[in-house]
Amino acid sequence: MLLRGTLGVLLTLVIVAAFVPPIVSQPQSWYEFPLIPGLEEKARIIFFHVPTAWLSVMAFVTSMFYGIRYLRKRDMMDDLRSSSAAGLGLLFCILATVTGAIWAKFNWGSFWNWDPRETSIFVLLLIYGAYFSLRSAVEVEEKRATLSSVYSIIAAVTVPFFIFIMPRIMTGLHPGAKGDPDGAGPVIDFKMSLNMRVVFFASLIAFTLLFIWMFNLRVRAARLEYRHQLKG
Amino acid sequence: MTSAERYSTRWVRATVAVFLKDWHSELRTRYAISALGMFVITTIAMILFSLGSEPASPEVLAGMLWVVLFFAAMSGLSRTFVMEEERGTAMTVQLQAPPSAVYFGKLLFNLVLGAGLTLLTVVLYALLIEGFVIRSTGLFVGIIALGSIGLASASTIIAAIIARANTKGTLYPVLSFPILLPLLMTVISGTRMASEGASWGDAVGEFQILISYIVVVTTTSYLLFEYIWKD
Repeated sequence: MLLRGTLGVLLTLVIVAAFVPPIVSQPQSWYEFPLIPGLEEKARIIFFHVPTAWLSVMAFVTSMFYGIRYLRKRDMMDDLRSSSAAGLGLLFCILATVTGAIWAKFNWGSFWNWDPRETSIFVLLLIYGAYFSLRSAVEVEEKRATLSSVYSIIAAVTVPFFIFIMPRIMTGLHPGAKGDPDGAGPVIDFKMSLNMRVVFFASLIAFTLLFIWMFNLRVRAARLEYRHQLKG
Repeated sequence: MTSAERYSTRWVRATVAVFLKDWHSELRTRYAISALGMFVITTIAMILFSLGSEPASPEVLAGMLWVVLFFAAMSGLSRTFVMEEERGTAMTVQLQAPPSAVYFGKLLFNLVLGAGLTLLTVVLYALLIEGFVIRSTGLFVGIIALGSIGLASASTIIAAIIARANTKGTLYPVLSFPILLPLLMTVISGTRMASEGASWGDAVGEFQILISYIVVVTTTSYLLFEYIWKD
């Protein structure tokens, strides 16, 4: 109840704070966002797109965490948690891909450019797809839980190669990538003013709470379904 | 001889025994070898037909080489585990050797098979496809060798998973592709650099990624193999 209330208030505040403040070239008062050349109004996507991508990665780590716990304790509940987290991860991964592609159409001119970060999110989508195909291919519950846990761990150890190494080695289009003429480093550090940063991190927290809330709901639903199956 | 030493000699012997078992049974049926060989020949023939007399750029051809290698690996490298399930011999192997020895024995077999496959593909590719030029041979050999090792190490653990899932071959490329993509992207860029005549120094980043990829994937596979292998 407390979680849901906080989440509702925080997410509302973030949505208002992301869209209402005007973007001006010389910010005078505390509520004005500075103009970033080349991004202008389109800069607002950072408040939603980045947290969505962050969530899809976090869901992946959560799924792997419960996968490891399943392998250690052999508790079916952990497998339910692992697959629930992966399901949410897939959802947010699709959202991040779609929002990013729409933004890219207006900022870079085409929906898809194979920028390193686009490649990474595409791979994450592939991994989620493969994870669920593997799950649907195995009928014995214990075997399904073990194999999908192992697969998510193996996938997880190869993911950092994309998220951290590839964007640094290949030139990219994303703001803050190595090819960005304004310099290297994440966009949050050097281009966002203090008020933008506050909204950005508030949004990150709000999305994290959203994940926790949705995750709990899904796990409860999955647990009920599992018990129902055992009885029936 | 201390007990630790005795254990490690036994482990090495078990690993070699698993490898030799697969090797001999492969020589008896020659299933994987002939399947892989035919796969490579048909794919290269396909490329030759589709290219016709059109000249393709060395960059495109460098990438295409890895398309052939990836799908060839997907057609043959799962054999070593799928065979055990099909013949019902998995249980016997479980009793005879510790899981890590089974894993490394199978990995060794796939490494040998993968090396043969890569060699055949590269030789045929270089002989038959005009316009495939490699300017820095040393770099090319290094990239190809590491790429082949990486391909075999990731394919082995996925093969163990799909053999357990009883899905034969359909899921194999689906599961392997996301795992292999960091490797494939790196080797494709490395091969392209070799065909453009880059020096060793230019490709340091590629080698760092390849080596760390091989180490990370093999270590994780070693740690997780027991969970897949034992019921």
